[in-house]
Amino acid sequence: MLRYIQLRLLVAIPTIVGLSILVFLMIHLLPGDAVDVMLTEQGASAAQLAEMKHQMGLDRPIYVQYWMFAKDAVQGDLGRSVFSNQPVTTQILEQLPSTMQLTLAAMIVSLVVGIPLGVFAAVRHGTWMDSVSMAISLVGATMPSFWIGLLFIFLFSSRLGWLPASGTAGFKSLIMPSVTLGLYSSAVIARLTRTSMLEVFRQDYVGTARAKGLSERTTILRHALRNALLPVVTVVGLQISYLLGGAVITETVFARQGIGQLAVGAVLQRDGPLVQGTVLFLAVVFVIANLLVDISYAVLDPRIRYR
Amino acid sequence: MQVAEKRNSAVSQLDAKKTKHQSQLWTVWLGLRKNRIAMFGAVLLAALVISALIAPVVAPYDPLKTAIGDRLLAPSRAHLMGTDQFGRDTFSRVLYGGRTSLWLGIVAVSISVFIGGVLGLISGYYGSAVDVLISRFIDLMLAMPRILLALIIVFTLGVGIVNVMIAVGISGIPGYARIVRSSVLSAREQVYVEAALVVGVPNWRIMMRHISPNVIAPVLVVATLGLGEAILAAAGLSFLGLGARPPVIEWGYMISEGRDKLSVAWWLMTFPGIAIMLTVIAINLLGDGLRDALDPRLRSR
Repeated sequence: MLRYIQLRLLVAIPTIVGLSILVFLMIHLLPGDAVDVMLTEQGASAAQLAEMKHQMGLDRPIYVQYWMFAKDAVQGDLGRSVFSNQPVTTQILEQLPSTMQLTLAAMIVSLVVGIPLGVFAAVRHGTWMDSVSMAISLVGATMPSFWIGLLFIFLFSSRLGWLPASGTAGFKSLIMPSVTLGLYSSAVIARLTRTSMLEVFRQDYVGTARAKGLSERTTILRHALRNALLPVVTVVGLQISYLLGGAVITETVFARQGIGQLAVGAVLQRDGPLVQGTVLFLAVVFVIANLLVDISYAVLDPRIRYR
Repeated sequence: MQVAEKRNSAVSQLDAKKTKHQSQLWTVWLGLRKNRIAMFGAVLLAALVISALIAPVVAPYDPLKTAIGDRLLAPSRAHLMGTDQFGRDTFSRVLYGGRTSLWLGIVAVSISVFIGGVLGLISGYYGSAVDVLISRFIDLMLAMPRILLALIIVFTLGVGIVNVMIAVGISGIPGYARIVRSSVLSAREQVYVEAALVVGVPNWRIMMRHISPNVIAPVLVVATLGLGEAILAAAGLSFLGLGARPPVIEWGYMISEGRDKLSVAWWLMTFPGIAIMLTVIAINLLGDGLRDALDPRLRSR
């Protein structure tokens, strides 16, 4: 088990290094960088511009620049925002709790809605209730998340006045964003749980459980669901990618604090270091989250460890 | 005599090829035709595409023409989907918006299919170091949430609708590269590929003539489903203010415009959203049907 974890950790490191190179190169591929734009606007002369660039190391070869960036990044320094001149790391850490709350809450929503819906559809396989459940999940997967968010705001804030339309304070402000963000994933998880349950229902041990007189409830929950959830765990890992990316849009819809809003604002303001820092940070979070999923998969299914 | 014989055999070879090619797509079509839900999706999608194409003919109003007297009218017989804060007819704008949104999706998917296809073909055909290099690069792209990848590409290229198309296209590459690679891996083990190699057919010709046909059907399925994802992604980026800007009419941007008037004019954001939803539902139903028709074993995975 420990060996397996070590192995997964070793694989994650080159991925993170690769990501940092990819993100760094894309930011520095810019024809004219933000420093040019900003200093020219402030009326800096060509000589001042060159001096400034020299100070920031922007006149060095790209691999030297990357090396400087990587050395700082490992120590937790992602540079400074071009606009606010604040350290990028500080800004990210300020926004981190809000984004983590949102993603985790959305994950919980997707599991709490998705798994029961999938189990229900599988148990009622072939009936109209199965069709309705699957139709719901199809619609859930095809509605643009920002649109659902706005519909929620219209209904629950503008009309009913039950929930705040925006903000980051308190549990109430978390409800609509997390449901909005979790809806797509719950649709995906519902469909997969259903397929997986149907496959497990055909297994001999389910027949045995029924034959020895266990109640339908015990058969489904104790024997079928446990095994059916294994593929679901993998998909949960993949959904983290969607949730972290979707947070970018959901945070904007609900004017909620978070790394996603920070990233979008940075793109609109053409703030290179901030875009670089936020995107890289979220990507690394995704790699680590997947690592945890892989490990939990091995805990759940002993066969994986020996591969 | 000899010449005629040669020509005849060439012609019959061509014919054989044609029928084989036809039969592959024909089987898919036969399977698809029996699938009522998929056919419903196909008809719905066709209707949406046609209404976008003929928007200039059927739209009751000029989508850009402002009318101060008709500001923020609720849906009525004169304005089926109401009007916006400039008195522009929402129904006409939704029709025109479909042209942009569908076009965005199609171009983006074409970019993904082309680049992903070439990468997958090279990677699967040559194998060894080239394969490792390309596959690791694809893994790296997959290690980043798609919307973030698109976001950073938009940052590099600049805000705008064309750049959003490119960003969504590039961020979609991994899926196609993988499916093409795996199809190529199984195709290149076939005896006819070996035969072509022995006879001395150049690599590029083997890839084009003998391997590509095996790849078309799976790519068609993935591309159909990918079209829905691309439309959603592009609309999302436009919603964030990174894509379409006036006077371009696009569904995602229409929703973001309607957002400001949410409490007074629900229709502004509701109808473009329904349009996106219907389009993606149609595409998914058709895509699921194509997948089942192509390979029943993949059903409802």
